[in-house]
Amino acid sequence: MNKKRLSLILIGVAVAITLAAVFLHGHNFAVLNPQGEVGRKERNLMYVALVMSLVVVIPVFVMLFGFAWTYREGNKKAMYKPNWDHNRTIESIWWGVPTLLITILAVIAWNSSHDLDPYKALVSNKQPIQVEVVALDWKWLFIYPQQNIASVNFLQFPVDTPVNYTITSDAPMNSFWIPSLGGQVYAMSGMTTQLHLMANKIGDFEGSSANISGTGFAGMRFVARASSQADFDSWVAMVKGQDTPLNTTDYKNLAKPSENNPASYYSSVQSNLFDDILLKYMAPGSTVHNGSMAGMSM
Amino acid sequence: MFHFASALTGRMNMQAFPRDTITAGGALSMVFALIAIAAFLTYKKRWKWLWKEWLTSLDPKRIGVMYIIVALVMLLRGLGDVLLIRTQQATSVGSSHGILNSDHFQQIFSAHGSIMIFFVAMGLMFGLINLILPLHIGARDVAFPFLNSVAFWLFVAGMALMNLSIIFGEFSAAGWLAYPPLSELQYSPGVGVDYWIWSLQIAGVGSLLSGVNFLTTIFKMRAPGMTMMKMPIFVWSVLCSMLLVVFAFPILTVTLALLYFDRSLGMHFFTSTGGGNPMMYVNLIWAWGHPEVYILVLPAFGIYSEVVATFARKRLFGYKSMVWALGAITFLSFSVWLHHFFTMGAGADVNAFFGIMTMVIAVPTGVKIFNWLFTMYHGRILFATPMLWFMGFIATFTVGGVAGVLMAVPPADFQIHNSLFLVAHFHTMIIGGVVFGYFAGITYWFPKIFGFKLNERLGRYAFWSWLVGFLLAFIPLYILGFMGATRRLDHYSASEGWQGLFIVAGVGVLFVLLGVGFQILQFIVSIIQRKQNIDATGDPWNGRTLEWSAPSPVPFYNFTTIPEVHSRDAFWETKRAKISMPPRYEDITLPKNSPMGIFIAAFAFMVGFGCIWHIVWLIVLGLIGVVITVLVRSADEDTEETTTAAEVKRLDRVARKVAA
Amino acid sequence: MSEAMVAHQSHPDDSKSILGFWIYIMTDCVLFASLFAVFAVMRNATFGGPNGHELFSLPFVLAETMLLLTSSFTCGLMVLAGRVRSKQWVMLALGVTFLLGLSFVCLEVSEFRHLVIEGNSWRRSGFLSAYFTLVATHGLHVSIGLLWLVVNGWRIVKRGLGDVTQKRLTLFSLFWHFLDIIWIIIFSMVYLVGVR
Repeated sequence: MNKKRLSLILIGVAVAITLAAVFLHGHNFAVLNPQGEVGRKERNLMYVALVMSLVVVIPVFVMLFGFAWTYREGNKKAMYKPNWDHNRTIESIWWGVPTLLITILAVIAWNSSHDLDPYKALVSNKQPIQVEVVALDWKWLFIYPQQNIASVNFLQFPVDTPVNYTITSDAPMNSFWIPSLGGQVYAMSGMTTQLHLMANKIGDFEGSSANISGTGFAGMRFVARASSQADFDSWVAMVKGQDTPLNTTDYKNLAKPSENNPASYYSSVQSNLFDDILLKYMAPGSTVHNGSMAGMSM
Repeated sequence: MFHFASALTGRMNMQAFPRDTITAGGALSMVFALIAIAAFLTYKKRWKWLWKEWLTSLDPKRIGVMYIIVALVMLLRGLGDVLLIRTQQATSVGSSHGILNSDHFQQIFSAHGSIMIFFVAMGLMFGLINLILPLHIGARDVAFPFLNSVAFWLFVAGMALMNLSIIFGEFSAAGWLAYPPLSELQYSPGVGVDYWIWSLQIAGVGSLLSGVNFLTTIFKMRAPGMTMMKMPIFVWSVLCSMLLVVFAFPILTVTLALLYFDRSLGMHFFTSTGGGNPMMYVNLIWAWGHPEVYILVLPAFGIYSEVVATFARKRLFGYKSMVWALGAITFLSFSVWLHHFFTMGAGADVNAFFGIMTMVIAVPTGVKIFNWLFTMYHGRILFATPMLWFMGFIATFTVGGVAGVLMAVPPADFQIHNSLFLVAHFHTMIIGGVVFGYFAGITYWFPKIFGFKLNERLGRYAFWSWLVGFLLAFIPLYILGFMGATRRLDHYSASEGWQGLFIVAGVGVLFVLLGVGFQILQFIVSIIQRKQNIDATGDPWNGRTLEWSAPSPVPFYNFTTIPEVHSRDAFWETKRAKISMPPRYEDITLPKNSPMGIFIAAFAFMVGFGCIWHIVWLIVLGLIGVVITVLVRSADEDTEETTTAAEVKRLDRVARKVAA
Repeated sequence: MSEAMVAHQSHPDDSKSILGFWIYIMTDCVLFASLFAVFAVMRNATFGGPNGHELFSLPFVLAETMLLLTSSFTCGLMVLAGRVRSKQWVMLALGVTFLLGLSFVCLEVSEFRHLVIEGNSWRRSGFLSAYFTLVATHGLHVSIGLLWLVVNGWRIVKRGLGDVTQKRLTLFSLFWHFLDIIWIIIFSMVYLVGVR
């Protein structure tokens, strides 16, 4: 490894990085540029962890290349100590400093895990919107219990307003994720999980399923739209104005496997539909409305 | 439900043969390759030689070479899968759906992960341990040589079953860990998941047997004078890894069995209804899964320790610290499994605990890195190929570790879990840590086993191709993760803006394949040029540990006399003190060859195949076959043969005369 | 010194087998521990069906326990008889151990049959899946032990009591006592707790 080769490599790396920066400019780094406070806090945690890691990583790289260069066989000037194999001081530094860093990170992890617990309601003076989420093969059903409407692969809510998601699945395990707004939570049948998110900017945000649930799972994309309160109200009114109820039969048809479903809306929802979906998986003979025990028993 | 179409053929049918071009191509090339090998062996009249010298051998050096050959062939298969995956993800954008349908794509990445972990990484690991462990502790063999053979052949049977799924049937499309409910009968009614279950189950039993074997070997067969703290650090790393094997693999055995019972006997462990609990599966599989990755990486760490010390011509820095670090990692590896599913909703307290434990385990790992670096400090370093792999490891693994620290903070993980960032992280750890380590081991120990050195220049080209390829393949994935790209997608819309990065990643894979090409070329050229590169002294690297005291290639008995050990780096110390003992010769008794391991594995294969296709008589036959073979073997009193001292002396003279 | 080293290396080493077997037993421990953990998680996953309280009969289980514990005792006697190289007493103790073990398995099979006929098979619920799997895995280990015992008996008849056979009897007794301990945990966790 001579100097010329080294400088060639360094130049190559610099060119690569520049090209990458140019190329990537304008792309949507949803995780690094979140539009919601939950996502923002989660991203900041990553930066903190990264910076703290650099305290260890930079010395490692400096030493790796520095020692390799200095103590290479060809360098007669370097001191050769073949039996030097321990030093209390140095060893306590690299047991101690990482331990210290980890302790700090541990405290951060503890606090942030509680602060950013997906089950924890967001603080706001606005009334939260409730959305019940059902993962299906292979689309997302969103039920708005307060407005008594529902939609598939499309979600709308007012900006700066907390949205409380209660999530389940009528399909294999999925994961409900809107990276621009915040982290994901698994969607599992026979139980609910919760997520609390809030958008701080008006816009359309991509959502997806982040856990494989069968052949069509890549198509489980949905749009989450944060709009003004007025636009949200008119959207709700528009949906209610349609004549597209979601009763049990409609739901059964909807739940059949399908892929890449376009956005669709339901003007009314069978009461207790979400609970019925849950109960299907729990125990036979549970209270089910309309006697529709779809049951998965073999 | 366990119902079968016909008592004779179970649920086998003609639809099970490949029905699309790519699968058919894969199946045919495998079949042709096997036919070609068989034809070659027949032409050269080498069947008997193969059977006697290799397949039925109980010599761990032979078994080790066979493990590595199988693993490297499986590496090619796994990389073939990668090529398909990268092509799909680089082209399946917008209106194009790439070259594979969703189901096929999902089978391919499921196979890719399963093969790389179970048959490439585990194979390379067990191969190198078989080759080197007895030599390192001054022993002639492992504790249970027959069990060793059984373990290898079970590994082969598992591998065969997994590859059979291309030719007959299908593979699992549920990912390399097959989470339920997706992997349950309701959502995966075909044979795919069953192929996955049984190839892993059979190979897993092999791993367990090896764990028992190597632990007993280390505890009971060290040369006189070799206390635990005088063992080579590689031996410590194997000890820790095998401890993990014996504690973790039974969990896998149980979990796979329970999933199979759900699918075949109508049980309800992980089903969506009936009282099943898919979350329990996730916990169980990762309670095995996390220790598994440490099982793979610890021996690689051991290899790095040996390589750095040898090529820096310096004692390993902080041996005691390294031992403690290995122990800490071993112990802690059982306390972090939940970090694989922070997003499953366990609650803040539980998430935080496991996140913190995950960070804690980074401390001893970091300690090891610093100890390696300070082994270089004040050394006199020769940058032979093994040392290059080590350098590549430090550079990549450190970065991958940072990614891990990021994900160890649960709320941060909520945003990167199951994204391509995660995929990049674990590939960094496995390729940078495990694969580079085992490549370093192969290049380092090749001369010892075969008696000639590998071509250095091609080795360097291979390393640089792999490194550049790895960077090109995975840096884009880190970036894609931050863009919100989920893993395992077979299609995405053009508006995402992801395609460019997938293309770069595809180019990276091409560089990796170039690296593999150089490695294959390296083997071929080195074999052709072997007479020019003979390892005359048995000590081509000026080594420190006992294996370098034996001639190259190592004779079947390893040492004419079991060495007496007085210190760490025993061989280095005898060289320094210029001690030269006249060789002493004694009768050496070692196990005879045995075909029983092959038979047991063949019967196990039958059991697996029968379970997959619901052929009850085949299952019963296979089980009876295993039992009878075991009984026949245990009734055999004539399992060893003795080489007289005179014969040992003659062999030794020949080995050393060729040598010098 | 070299003679000692020769002896160390070339004669069969009992301590290796015994350590190896202990390690194997450890892996079996982890196996059962996983099954116990699964059972604990699924103890209430009855899916509307019966739980342990409704299904299990303590007197029956007590009989099974007595059979197994006694067989452990006779197994101990067998090993002792082997130490004094009394072929007769070894065979007697072996036979009794076998019969007691066989009775245990038969009782267990009949218990299972009874449950299945009633409609409470492993298909009924997660709880029953866990119960059957845990108990049957133990039963399967016992059955394999019985087979091993028969093979040992056959060997003693054919080749007499040698060092190797003695070692095998020792290993067998380790296995058998281990199964006893597992049964005690099963008894406590599955039957006692379930029935209370």
